[in-house]
Amino acid sequence: MKLFKLRGGVHPEGWKGLAAERAIRVLPLPERLFVPLQQHVGAPAQPLIKVGEHVLKGQIIGASQGFISAPVHASTSGRIVAIGDYTAAHPSGLAAPTVTIESDGEDRWLETDSPSDPFSLLPEEIAAAVGAAGIVGLGGATFPSAVKLNLSRKNNVRTLIINGGECEPYITCDDRLMRERASDIIEGVRLIRYAVGAVDVMVGIEENKPAALASMRAAAAGTEVQVIAVPAMYPMGWDKQMIRALTGREVPADGRSADIGVLVHNVATAYAVRDAVRFGRPLVSRLVTVSGGAVAEPGNLEVPIGTLVETLFQYCGGFSEKPARMVLGGPMMGIELFTAAVPVVKGTSGVLALTAREIGSTQASPCIRCSSCVRACPVGLLPLEMAAHIRAGDSNAAVSRGLKDCIACGCCSFVCPSHIPLVHYFNFAKGELMEQERGKLKQEATRKLADERIARTQRIERERQEAAEKRKAAREAREFAAKQAALQTTTEVA
Amino acid sequence: MITALTSLTILGAILGLILGVAARVFRVEGNALVAELVDILPGSQCGQCGFPGCAGAAQALAEGRAPVTLCPPGGRAVAIALAAKLGVDADVSGVQDSVPMIAEVREELCIGCTRCFKVCPTDAIMGAAQQIHSVFREACTACGKCEEVCPTESVKLQPVPVTLHAWYWNKPVTQTMQTVAA
Repeated sequence: MKLFKLRGGVHPEGWKGLAAERAIRVLPLPERLFVPLQQHVGAPAQPLIKVGEHVLKGQIIGASQGFISAPVHASTSGRIVAIGDYTAAHPSGLAAPTVTIESDGEDRWLETDSPSDPFSLLPEEIAAAVGAAGIVGLGGATFPSAVKLNLSRKNNVRTLIINGGECEPYITCDDRLMRERASDIIEGVRLIRYAVGAVDVMVGIEENKPAALASMRAAAAGTEVQVIAVPAMYPMGWDKQMIRALTGREVPADGRSADIGVLVHNVATAYAVRDAVRFGRPLVSRLVTVSGGAVAEPGNLEVPIGTLVETLFQYCGGFSEKPARMVLGGPMMGIELFTAAVPVVKGTSGVLALTAREIGSTQASPCIRCSSCVRACPVGLLPLEMAAHIRAGDSNAAVSRGLKDCIACGCCSFVCPSHIPLVHYFNFAKGELMEQERGKLKQEATRKLADERIARTQRIERERQEAAEKRKAAREAREFAAKQAALQTTTEVA
Repeated sequence: MITALTSLTILGAILGLILGVAARVFRVEGNALVAELVDILPGSQCGQCGFPGCAGAAQALAEGRAPVTLCPPGGRAVAIALAAKLGVDADVSGVQDSVPMIAEVREELCIGCTRCFKVCPTDAIMGAAQQIHSVFREACTACGKCEEVCPTESVKLQPVPVTLHAWYWNKPVTQTMQTVAA
């Protein structure tokens, strides 16, 4: 099949060999699991359980709230020992509401009835099952999958693209999943296709994963699913880049892929959809790559959601040398961890312990206007211009140059010969703009409150005056009547 | 001569009529600029700028009697918006400074006197006589009126606590500018 030309992108050293040949291992059940109530884009889940309660694996512990939200389930059977703040997998190191489960060691599933043939369900029922299973985009975006399914069905999406582009260096969990569980993925893909009524189904896999390509092709033989090799480059796993490579179409700047009739899901999401629809099993575990030069035995683990990152490192033989930096996710877009005592969440694809050699120097020097960043940007922005405006304190000028389209992929920072922290500037400016936006909303709300208060005090004052006048009038009328009566009596007497 | 006179007279009459109608149809109530400035200001009528309420401040701004940096609760965003509206260059670098604040009731000191909730311009304090009062964070503009009237120093303005939702990266500190300057 003909592929289409792509814009920008970089070719970082892959480091995939560290973990790619290690088969998936199931992590032994940890004693305690820390399950955050928000692991997705949108509103956090509302806790449904009490401290001391016993839960079964797969039992719902947090209910979805609002249109864009997802429920959270117990990752093992055991007792709820705490509901409260626990350090989140977030660069700030702040705490987030988390449910702590003490495992009872049985790992007993909640009994659910599952359909004998999932394809006999209605498309809406599949979307509902996906929503109830708490499935979110496992490629890292963590957008609730059921919302995407429902929107796509309404928008008459014709093309379904399954994203097997795992472009972050070191990360190999999707690669292993495709090699070892290809037929399950294909069944999930066919379920998604059935749920949205798509016509074409394409699975895009980078050509640097020949084993995954071969096993997926074998599993897809005889089905309507096409498996296509795409060039190996970063950021091939960006959904819009995958759409461009396979269809040649570009998603508009503030649009979604549904606007051009395309739905994109990650391979791991398709696998989770199959588990949810066929077995009624919610998303309570995921594959995580543990890698990096400082890890003694890198590998790919199947991990219950809520396991601490330090447990993963320990299981992989600990550190062969002191890591210079720990990263959650890949080295390009991942976040730096200041402590390994944070839980694995639905969006965690990997945890890395990197050595000083792997990180390199970060001393920034002046911009030489070489425009390497412009050529590398897959979105077609001018990173050097935007960063210069932000440094001068004018984030709005950066917005007019397309800051909101920046996906923070890190290509610009990666190629910059002056080591300017370009993405850091963009993240800062995006945060600053969000804060201004929040401030504006709050100001509008408080102004309304102030106006209402003024109106209320005026009304109370007016009513008081009116009441006083009424009383005065009544008193005068009474006095007048009394005077009249007195006058009458005097005349009668006379 | 007569044609010239009549044509000019008719022209004058018609144009005058148009002007007269336009003056009625497009009539502007008060100073439009002041109304727009009032829209930008927070509207909590706290009086920290020294003018009687936000309308007074807007009037002063429109007349050039006050700097665009006059509004402490509005902070930097309001100062920038005002400067843009008035078309003036303003040094807003000194404004940000005041970290966003919020009123907080120290419950062990609150005697339930209701004074603070009576003065709060945005109804951000809930309370009743002999009951501990509490602040709605979303509604508080940090105008400080409650702090002034509290007899036990129970209400204090505190910096807004950072939440996971509101946190964002700080601005990168680079050597670049200093290197260029040197």
